[in-house]
Amino acid sequence: MDAENKVMDLAEAVRRFVHDGDHVSIGGFTITRNPMALTYEIIRQGKKGLHIYVHSHGQAFDLLIGAGCVDAIEVSYGGTARFSPGGGIRFRKAIEGGKILFEDYTNFQMTLRFLAGAMGVPFLPIRSLLATDVVKKWGFDEEFRKSNPRIPEKKMAVVDNPFFQNGREEKIVLVPAINPDVTIIHAQQVDHQGTVRIKGLTYTDVEQAKAAKYLIVSCDELVETEAIREDPDQNQIPFFMVDAIVVAPYGAHPTACYGYYDYDPHHFNLYKEMAPDDGTFRQYLDDYVFGVTSHEEYLDKIGKDRLSQIRADPRLGYRPGLDRRER
Amino acid sequence: MPEYSLREMMILAAAREIRDGDIVFCGTGMSMIAAMAAKHINAPHSIIFFETGGIDSQLLELPFSVGDPRVMFGTSINAGLAESFGILQNPFTGPKVVGIFGAAQIDRYGNLNTTCIGDYWRPKARFPGCGGACDAASYAGRTIIFMKQERRKFVERVDYLSTPGWIPGPGGRTEAGLPEGGPTLVITDMGVMRFDDESRQMYLSRTYPGIDPQQVQQQMEIEIDLSRAAEEPPPTKEELDLLRERIDPQRLII
Repeated sequence: MDAENKVMDLAEAVRRFVHDGDHVSIGGFTITRNPMALTYEIIRQGKKGLHIYVHSHGQAFDLLIGAGCVDAIEVSYGGTARFSPGGGIRFRKAIEGGKILFEDYTNFQMTLRFLAGAMGVPFLPIRSLLATDVVKKWGFDEEFRKSNPRIPEKKMAVVDNPFFQNGREEKIVLVPAINPDVTIIHAQQVDHQGTVRIKGLTYTDVEQAKAAKYLIVSCDELVETEAIREDPDQNQIPFFMVDAIVVAPYGAHPTACYGYYDYDPHHFNLYKEMAPDDGTFRQYLDDYVFGVTSHEEYLDKIGKDRLSQIRADPRLGYRPGLDRRER
Repeated sequence: MPEYSLREMMILAAAREIRDGDIVFCGTGMSMIAAMAAKHINAPHSIIFFETGGIDSQLLELPFSVGDPRVMFGTSINAGLAESFGILQNPFTGPKVVGIFGAAQIDRYGNLNTTCIGDYWRPKARFPGCGGACDAASYAGRTIIFMKQERRKFVERVDYLSTPGWIPGPGGRTEAGLPEGGPTLVITDMGVMRFDDESRQMYLSRTYPGIDPQQVQQQMEIEIDLSRAAEEPPPTKEELDLLRERIDPQRLII
């Protein structure tokens, strides 16, 4: 593929690589580096029936569920920490209302499931979880598992360690690999070829990226190939794994992007007010998702003043002294 | 004696439990501020690390989440989840870790529920889920648990066992295939509970100044041993000053 073809706008990237019913994995963690610009576009294009894989996820996950794009989730933690005490607002509502199928895992399990997918093995072993309901209670019933060949027949399996039958680790849990149709992530820098540089914590973005058939990366900065190759130790994802590159400065807003901008407490507080009620949630979507036609329009709506208030200190990576109090 | 809030007392009770040199795995909220308090007050050589991959975070400001950019500054390594959970599952490093986190429900053996109230498939109330706490509590040498002292939170049987404690008592963890270790301390807004070395059952260890052991018992569905309860020393001026001026000047948690 011609490298130049990978750089495209939001609408084209989502149209080409995200389809109704797809299995989608989302990068980032609670309030940091959620691929928000891509998420808004998925909602704008009215994608339906998505099956979502995340570990600890926040804003993008909550919005996709609330907007009705999602049929099923595999998850370990849904929430935006102090901005949604008790859990992600639309995530909780969807489960309590019986609106979506869901299955719980732990963060380490989801990590190993993405890693298994990235390495091409069908499962990986893990020592935790024995005796917990995470092992005992399966979210998806047999009928759903049978009706969908993409879903493993079992949630997980407890087996004897085949190497030391009488040893101290007799039981071990196996968790199945995840290979999504598409993974969406937001990174600080990407070059035209697709080499990805994530600054700060990578969470499981790299494993999620490599496990997927298609990979869309939005970035704050498109940089020259010579520049990104000057310090290749800092890069994580080989360029040939990337299918679409979308340049979206502040593309993780209102979540943080280490070294570039902090999370936006003002916007999170607004969401906290508007998300619980179906009517005001719809108003939120109308204001910030359907009411804008592009990422640039979204940023205009947020406003230059607010964006400059959350601009990160380059040394600290966040905005020191940012007013994070509740309203 | 200086004035203090119950939250400050709770944070300091947890911080006092952290020893110098401990490797501290912490969750969100109270856990985070307790770990910071320990590092600034009584355990300057403790190492704070997060499931998200931040190793020895400097925490100049209080993070809101374990994924907050504030955990990434000045670390020795910024890695990812695989690295952090690897440190926990690793048989040489895991036992050196002390985990701190909160829960919605707890039973007498320190098993925790952070998932739901009621039926799992159609819950009355859904919570975030087990996140990384289940993994951490499975491998860490010891764990500290923050709880709100309410009857419905201290129950005979948790609605969903998200995170293992001592499971059903002596030998329970070994039988379940888990390494040694387990919960050592439960911190509430009224006092501190520990677990008996033999039975692994919760007992009241300390109450905060002005609180009677019976008052604590009234706020629990389960009955626990109150006979060993002593009084937790109140916060000192030095502890409070550090907490208010260095750790949480914006009063985000305290």
